Amino acid sequence: MNIMVMKNIYLLFISLFISSVLSAQNDGDVLIKNGTVITITDGVKENTDVLIRNGKIEQIGEGIEVGDIKTIDAEGLFVMPGIIDAHSHIALDVVNEATNPVTAEVFVGDGLDPYDVGIYRALAGGVTISHAMHGSANAIGGQCETIKHRYGEIDPEAIRMDGAPRTIKFALGENPMRVHGERSNIAPATRMGMEQIFRNAFEEGKAYIKAKKDFASGNAELAPLYNTRSEVMADILKGDIIIHCHSYRADEIYMLLKVLEDYGVKRICFQHVNEGFKVAPELAAYGAHASVFSDWWAYKFEVYYSTAYNAAILAENGVVTSINSDSGELIRHLYHEAAKTQRYGSLSDNEALKLITLNPAIQLGIEDRVGSLEKGKDGDIAIFKNHPLSIYAIPQMTIVDGVVRFDINEDNYDMRLDVDPDETIPTFFETESHSHHGEGDRCMQDVYEFLNHKH
Amino acid sequence: MRKINWIIACCILMSSHLFGQQVQKSTYGDVLLKNATIVTVTNGTIEGDLLIKDGVIAEVGSSLSANDATEIDCSGKFIYPGFIDGGTQLGLIEISSVSLTRDSDELGDYTPHMQALTAVNPNAVAIPVTRVNGVTTVFSKPTGDLFPGTGAVIDLHGYTPDQMYAGSKAVLMNYPSTGKRGRWDRRSEEDIKKDSEKALKKLKDFWAQAEIYAKINQTGGEYNPQLAAMVPVMKGDSPLMIEVNKKTDILNALAWVNKKGIKAVFTGVAEGWRVADSLAKYNIPVITGPVLRVPSRTSDKYDVSYTNPAKMLEAGVKVAIRTDETENVRNLPFNAGFAAAYGMGVEEALKAITIVPAEIFGIADKYGSIEKGKVANLFVCDGDPFETKTQIQHLFIRGWNVPMESRHTLLYDEFLERDPGIKE
Repeated sequence: MNIMVMKNIYLLFISLFISSVLSAQNDGDVLIKNGTVITITDGVKENTDVLIRNGKIEQIGEGIEVGDIKTIDAEGLFVMPGIIDAHSHIALDVVNEATNPVTAEVFVGDGLDPYDVGIYRALAGGVTISHAMHGSANAIGGQCETIKHRYGEIDPEAIRMDGAPRTIKFALGENPMRVHGERSNIAPATRMGMEQIFRNAFEEGKAYIKAKKDFASGNAELAPLYNTRSEVMADILKGDIIIHCHSYRADEIYMLLKVLEDYGVKRICFQHVNEGFKVAPELAAYGAHASVFSDWWAYKFEVYYSTAYNAAILAENGVVTSINSDSGELIRHLYHEAAKTQRYGSLSDNEALKLITLNPAIQLGIEDRVGSLEKGKDGDIAIFKNHPLSIYAIPQMTIVDGVVRFDINEDNYDMRLDVDPDETIPTFFETESHSHHGEGDRCMQDVYEFLNHKH
Repeated sequence: MRKINWIIACCILMSSHLFGQQVQKSTYGDVLLKNATIVTVTNGTIEGDLLIKDGVIAEVGSSLSANDATEIDCSGKFIYPGFIDGGTQLGLIEISSVSLTRDSDELGDYTPHMQALTAVNPNAVAIPVTRVNGVTTVFSKPTGDLFPGTGAVIDLHGYTPDQMYAGSKAVLMNYPSTGKRGRWDRRSEEDIKKDSEKALKKLKDFWAQAEIYAKINQTGGEYNPQLAAMVPVMKGDSPLMIEVNKKTDILNALAWVNKKGIKAVFTGVAEGWRVADSLAKYNIPVITGPVLRVPSRTSDKYDVSYTNPAKMLEAGVKVAIRTDETENVRNLPFNAGFAAAYGMGVEEALKAITIVPAEIFGIADKYGSIEKGKVANLFVCDGDPFETKTQIQHLFIRGWNVPMESRHTLLYDEFLERDPGIKE
């Protein structure tokens, strides 16, 4: 047997070992003792226990005693709901279908990658759920998937959050204008063109619904030809899909609000929304949500006139606001990103922590199941040494549905689930700083490769 | 009469915007900071007063008094020396996706004569945004190919590059890197090897020329700006800043520096923890960062970037921390805070963004700590400046009392309670 084959078998064993360690104890029963429990919805409780059975929170209180259950001593530690990232691109094989300004029919959930070590790194930052999004190359991009960070499972189906509402990515401004207008010479090349793309797409959806109704009621002889894109547009109009719209400037945000108002679409969360603070009263009045960066700005012109006080201004104006990562780096310390609203603004601890727990849950339509520590909710928990908003906070353990998926004391050196047996030169990832590339965010992943090949 | 006063007050308040100023003007004069907890960095922490006079720290002690000095009561507050970021593109890039506002990267493989100080824009919008977080001084550096240029240490206050220049420059080099650089790198192993051999040959050839030039320059010869810029490095008057991140590259660079007998500082050094003992053995100072970055390899432990500074320090390496940022250099204290939490400790992490970079840049006689006679670069805050929620209340750069204003604070002031609000 040659050395290469030996090595491959060895690596295979390692990966099997890790996955078996991680997926052990899948029963979802755990008792967390004596922690400082940050419930988000019911205050902070000292010396309190949290009992999780079958993946659900069964009881929160002092001195809970049950026999024969995995018990975690959280004395001196902070116990909070698992962090939720309303905007990420981890666990995805592809991010952008950059071939048309409207691609409502595509779905990132068709290409989930449970092996992505980014999931583990997110867990190591206390993040239990993320919104794996389509990119921002198109005005109407693909549908997104809300995933649970059940790292260790190798079936793509196992990381979906079953029952989470459907969501879709929209995008405004420079990215779709650059990809389609500038490079392919088709609309949208301007923010005027953007508006009409949306109106046309909604009109198509409306016509599709009407044609179906007409057929059902006998007013038409034929049903409309089945069309996946129109199906999705129709579902948005019916309120079955939440829009998550990549946006930066106040004018384009205001534009989309008016378009949505005209078509009676209520469920909208603006993403990035760097200039959201300029139209915060309008966003609040519409009931629109905002999911923002804590402090990213100036990497492109449309974020030049922004402020790190954005989240604070939006929250103070009554907009349901979250802080997201859109980055495999930031997702590892969203607790720190949330704390920045206390430097740039004066949010209370609970308001700041809401930005990464309950509020993103509301934006994803899963707030009845996660986002706070309450009886009956999912057993998704992050345990910290030091207060999670402190710079000295260190995540100790992350639990998803009652199963420990990250434990700082059980952290192995190499946590990959799959190891490429042909890899002889390991890839060294240089810093992925947005400012060094100019495309800003992961939202444009795959687009440049695509465009570069084309040129 | 009251109404007129109001109008006058409003005019004064609005004047900065009417005249297109970015922020209010700074003021200059003697200032006495009373009753503070002074974190000197080099001489412990003391309770007392600090006098700023003629742009320098004139006195640190207890019960100080000074005629004509503006007194600021700092009871319950802290004074720290201004933070120094050992590697940024601040002032060189305004908006990174707009290429004509990006002045960090000149064409060519050998451009050590490109001077960052020439292209630093004193009015870059990111400068006030950065300094109000307590970062008063940065090394602003070109980026690019083998020898990208000469970086300069600048204070974040002033209207010309010369007014900002803090007295230290350094030539930069990117050590030829081996291996794949990211998921977008589709080169074959053979091509990777060829590319790195080619780059090493380029380095060898240019170095040979620079050595000869440095010698004949004594006796006169044809002027060559590229090679002339290398003379201080060749003579050992100035350290060469070598950007190198990967383990094998670091080891190769160590051997190379040792052979050439030059003074060197390694920058980046993402995998310094793998070879910390070697770095310590060769006595190479390091400017590492960002600390907040993803691990370099998918096989790495999740926290290798957080623990990297601590591991190098532990091995005996002199470690400064940088952000390698442009618009978010303001996150320097948070990078240091993460390093502190992951093994470095608060005291050492504080040194890594104050006195240590000052020493590496050869300006520790004027920068990097609260000491009598040093440049008055300091700030007053209400708590630990690494803590995210801490507020900085007063900022002094070269003795100028700098307003706590930036585009970000001005937009907050204007939009927190927008007028008109929702109603027309």
